[in-house]
Amino acid sequence: MNWNRFFDIPSDLQHDWLGLIGLHLREALLPVLGGLLLALPLAQLCVRLRWLYPPVLWLTTVLYAIPSLAFFVVLIDYTGQTELTVMIPLTVYSLVVLVPAIVDGVRSVPQETLAAATAMGFGPVRRYVQVQLPIAVPAIIAGLRVATVSSISLVSVGMLIGNQGALGNLLHDAQIYNRPELAWNSVITSAALAVLADAALVGVRILLTPWMPSATRGAKSRPAGVRPEPAVPALEDAAR
Amino acid sequence: MNVINFINAFFSDGAHWHGYDGIPTRLWEHVQYSLEALAIAAAIGLPIGLITGHYGRGGNVLSLVATAGRALPTFGLLVVTTLALGFGMLPVMIPLVVLAVPPILVTTYEAMRSVDPPPVDAARGMGMRESDILLRVELPVALPLILGGMRSAAIQIVSTATIAAYVSLGGLGRYIVDGLYQHDYEKVVGGATLVAGMALATLAVFWAATKLTVSPGVRRSS
Repeated sequence: MNWNRFFDIPSDLQHDWLGLIGLHLREALLPVLGGLLLALPLAQLCVRLRWLYPPVLWLTTVLYAIPSLAFFVVLIDYTGQTELTVMIPLTVYSLVVLVPAIVDGVRSVPQETLAAATAMGFGPVRRYVQVQLPIAVPAIIAGLRVATVSSISLVSVGMLIGNQGALGNLLHDAQIYNRPELAWNSVITSAALAVLADAALVGVRILLTPWMPSATRGAKSRPAGVRPEPAVPALEDAAR
Repeated sequence: MNVINFINAFFSDGAHWHGYDGIPTRLWEHVQYSLEALAIAAAIGLPIGLITGHYGRGGNVLSLVATAGRALPTFGLLVVTTLALGFGMLPVMIPLVVLAVPPILVTTYEAMRSVDPPPVDAARGMGMRESDILLRVELPVALPLILGGMRSAAIQIVSTATIAAYVSLGGLGRYIVDGLYQHDYEKVVGGATLVAGMALATLAVFWAATKLTVSPGVRRSS
């Protein structure tokens, strides 16, 4: 192992270290963003139609159990060995984490608060955007943190389907060129990106929820409304 | 549906059902690796989670462990341990266990913390020993959540053991990795189907285990 060549990225990857980081972040974060945009209306539907939530929860648990590699290779037939093939499953996984998080967050808004908003003349749309969503922010961010961190870690698996794994591609080069330091680079950089993204989301939450007392927002990673009930197993599943 | 045709072709080919690369062998290998890793992870995570949860200490350390466990890229870790230790069982078991311990540990801790205090106080007032309180009062109540954590860990192991075929482990991932190299898409899709089936079977096993072991009283209240 030659630590001096830690940042010496082989030219077949067509990117330098920072380029790979950019690629990795794009492949990991776009799916989370897409997942959030899909999860918001879906969660709202689940809050409105209570009977819809158990089957949705069941479906998401099943989808989440499907290993990423199996998901990737089945998609190859439709989208080829491309970035999109990696990003579609990651979108589904983040959806799975975000829907229960948003539903629980929105449901945790007290009835009195909603009644007060209605009494002030808020329509359903305005009440959702200005009252329910802001109060659900801690729960949504908790879900986003899990989705983002696991998405960043999963992108590497894309290497197996034709070098679509950004930093994960270093793992392949580490083996074929017998340069273990490249594998270490991949693991350390990816873990650091995950930790930084996690910290950034915590920062966003502190900015978005100025009303929360600093003691609870500093010390507790989970907002009071979201307990580890069996109903939200997806939050813990996400570690893979 | 193209994929359905591939799946059909894979499973109806008699050659896929025999020998060291046959479906029964690969399936059994996958089950073996997964059970072994889950057993080791549970042997580490459960006792620590139960005891820290009982005394309510170390929550901050555990949440750090959870974040670290999530941030570590599964696949990268697998390649790093293989490069460092050579091919074999140990370099695969290490990442599998490292990745399975945090969900078990953290959920067990959270599960013990979420037990209603009054029954615990009542048990203590009746003169039960601490070990009895832990095993006969808190554990049965916390069991559904603990099993949930074990399920997350198991699913994670099954999915990572698939990827481990890349670093020469047997199991169902072999079909996917070999198929990709051989440009044999039928094999790839067949392997993916088996892996997905295995993950769903894991869900089913834990669902059944929850039904069997969780006391009816606990189930009703939750």
